Amino acid sequence: MFDALTDKLQGVFSGLKGRGKLTDADLDKAMRAIRLSLLEADVSLPVVKQLTTAIKERATGDEVMSSITPDQQVVKIVSEELTRLMGGANVSLAMSQNPPTVILMAGLQGSGKTTCTAKLARHLLNEGRAPMMSACDVHRPAAMEQLAVLGEQIGVPVHLEKGATDPVKIATAGIAQAKRSGRDVVIVDTAGRLTIDADMMAELVAIRDAVKPTSVVLVVDAMTGQTAVEVATAFQDAVQFDGVVLSKLDGDARGGAALSVRSVTGKPILFVGTGEKVDALEPFHPDRMASRILGMGDVLSLIEKAQQTVSVDDAKRMEDRLRGGNLTLDDFLEQLQQVRKMGPLGQVMGMIPGFSQAAKMKDVEVDERRIDRVEAIISSMTMPERSRPDIINGSRRRRIAEGSGTTVQEVNQLLAQFKQMQKLMKRMGKGGGGMPSMLGA
Amino acid sequence: MTDEEGGDGLGAFAALFELAPPEAPATSDEPGRRGLFRRLKENLTRPRQAISPQLAGIYASKLVSEDTWEDLEEALITADCGMPATMDLVDALRAEAAAGRITSGSGLARALTDEIAGRLASAPPRIALGNDPTVILVVGVNGAGKTTTIGKMAHRLSSLGQKVIIGAGDTFRAAAVEQLAVWADRAGADIVRQSPGADPGAVAFDSVAAGRARSADVVIIDTAGRLQTQHNLMEELRKVYGVTGKAMEGAPHHVLLVIDSTTGQNGVSQARLFSEAVPVNGLVLTKLDGVARGGIVVAIHRELGIPVTLVGVGEAVEDLQPFDARAFAEAIFSVDTDAGQ
Repeated sequence: MFDALTDKLQGVFSGLKGRGKLTDADLDKAMRAIRLSLLEADVSLPVVKQLTTAIKERATGDEVMSSITPDQQVVKIVSEELTRLMGGANVSLAMSQNPPTVILMAGLQGSGKTTCTAKLARHLLNEGRAPMMSACDVHRPAAMEQLAVLGEQIGVPVHLEKGATDPVKIATAGIAQAKRSGRDVVIVDTAGRLTIDADMMAELVAIRDAVKPTSVVLVVDAMTGQTAVEVATAFQDAVQFDGVVLSKLDGDARGGAALSVRSVTGKPILFVGTGEKVDALEPFHPDRMASRILGMGDVLSLIEKAQQTVSVDDAKRMEDRLRGGNLTLDDFLEQLQQVRKMGPLGQVMGMIPGFSQAAKMKDVEVDERRIDRVEAIISSMTMPERSRPDIINGSRRRRIAEGSGTTVQEVNQLLAQFKQMQKLMKRMGKGGGGMPSMLGA
Repeated sequence: MTDEEGGDGLGAFAALFELAPPEAPATSDEPGRRGLFRRLKENLTRPRQAISPQLAGIYASKLVSEDTWEDLEEALITADCGMPATMDLVDALRAEAAAGRITSGSGLARALTDEIAGRLASAPPRIALGNDPTVILVVGVNGAGKTTTIGKMAHRLSSLGQKVIIGAGDTFRAAAVEQLAVWADRAGADIVRQSPGADPGAVAFDSVAAGRARSADVVIIDTAGRLQTQHNLMEELRKVYGVTGKAMEGAPHHVLLVIDSTTGQNGVSQARLFSEAVPVNGLVLTKLDGVARGGIVVAIHRELGIPVTLVGVGEAVEDLQPFDARAFAEAIFSVDTDAGQ
């Protein structure tokens, strides 16, 4: 998600590499590139200035200037400053000692409040809590219905009053309802607003004063540009939010808003929204994000994802077979499917160190459709064909191509790739292969 | 103001769609097109200090110094114009200044407005109707404001005597169809809908078929919001476009990409990738509320040359208006051309 920023910084530092000592001019050049990168990544100008000043101040120190590896020193400083700015360690959502915990959602129109409300409820449900959602957006047509449908999808009750026009009343009644039915968290969805709309802001304040939330959560679109600072400040002045959910981070937005919002309000980013599905909500890790920015990959998130989606037994079984060197097309298919379960491939690959810049993604063409075709091809094979691909002759190839809606060339290609991989596995013998080698297929 | 168009800007709207102006000019105390941007400008001007100290700096400077140029650069960046477009504009204006045509800060602000207005207006956008029906496909990322834009557009076209059919092609988001149905009802337009999760291509096909069968003038097709990097969803969009063409040759006649004014540089990626999937020929800039300056359209115009057709500056139906490059440029940088008053 921060790929372009990564590239830019690496451009700067590879320029500095091998040059030995830094001069003032070198440093200025690096600072300009950092400034440009941050601006292109939509980090707000005041925050960029603050950040580059801090970086420069530290980089001018003797430690860097006299270092044999000034580039690494600067990378370290930038990394530390980004992490520091985004708030150090991962922060979790505060829960009240006296349930129900009340979470008030706020944000601009279209930032993704209603979706995030449902994602958050789902997250809390997974944590063993009993959440409830309260539909207080009386302005957008069918907003209440949207929350009701989402509630049904995730199995979380929704408090809504059809035709009601007073969001304060709905919110208050929702809390009472939660107490009666023993729900321990209530998430209050509110109408989106434009920051300059004083009436709408007043409405949000009225809801806050009525429900006295444990936390006010601001939803910020990851694609937000320079306005992020004004938006965050306006909501901060009006309702004093406690944390932020950064939505729509699964696209190619560089997400500079994360830096801006955190920097001007001091409020932590709690979660990031990473997909269309209701479970696409992940805790925000500033340190990981910073290493991502610097092109170091996000191995921790990758491992976490793998652990969530692949059972230990499955992994063990697969490992045994790989060690034996008897990889079949069935195994291949299975592993492919396991990787896919972890999320869109592009997203998964972006976490692998070195991948974001080395492959330039586009050339690798993380094309889900191609994987679909591979799946289709293997599915069109008989069991004997899958375990002994050698028996697949010309007429079988034609049949498989026809059955899978692909071409003979594509079948050939897959078989050739598979053969290569089998060879590789045999050669590695005990080493196993593991996921990364499969990903390139 | 005497130069204000009558009515709620419906005349301008009619002109954009090449329709006859509304017969009875509405009362003139409602905001007209210029008045609309004036309102926007007021919003911008009120917290000017907070929004853009750079602009204040430019206005205050009697001479054009290096500081002024830096202020200008920062003003453009904070308006989300992006680095490449900013550098272009600054270079162009520097050349003007070197030629002695800009001598003061306020002169610079005026020249900037001219420059931006000139660029953005280079391809005056029109949404020609008259295809019996004319089919408009509306696309964009999640939360950009597609459904609201369609509702308002349908409303305005209906008030201009057009028979409008809305195709509820967002079959993914929960209750998106219901949201659109409310708008269709307000607009007095027909809606073609299927059950949630239905094939959006089928909805598009049915909408166009219904438009032909019922002799509609305009068919507006909604689509689910999608991030431009979601390959399979972009493929789906391509398919919706193709199916629409099967329902009627030449359809859709217009493809509008809706962009949220608060969008940063990702807007360029949105415009590029959506254009790669379907032939986008107009932008709708939504939620231009005064804090968001919408400079991203300047960046998009530079990269891809896609014109802005409509802007949404508020919640009311009449807040969806044809794009006026000059008024936009004046509003975005708070240049007060009526300073003599």
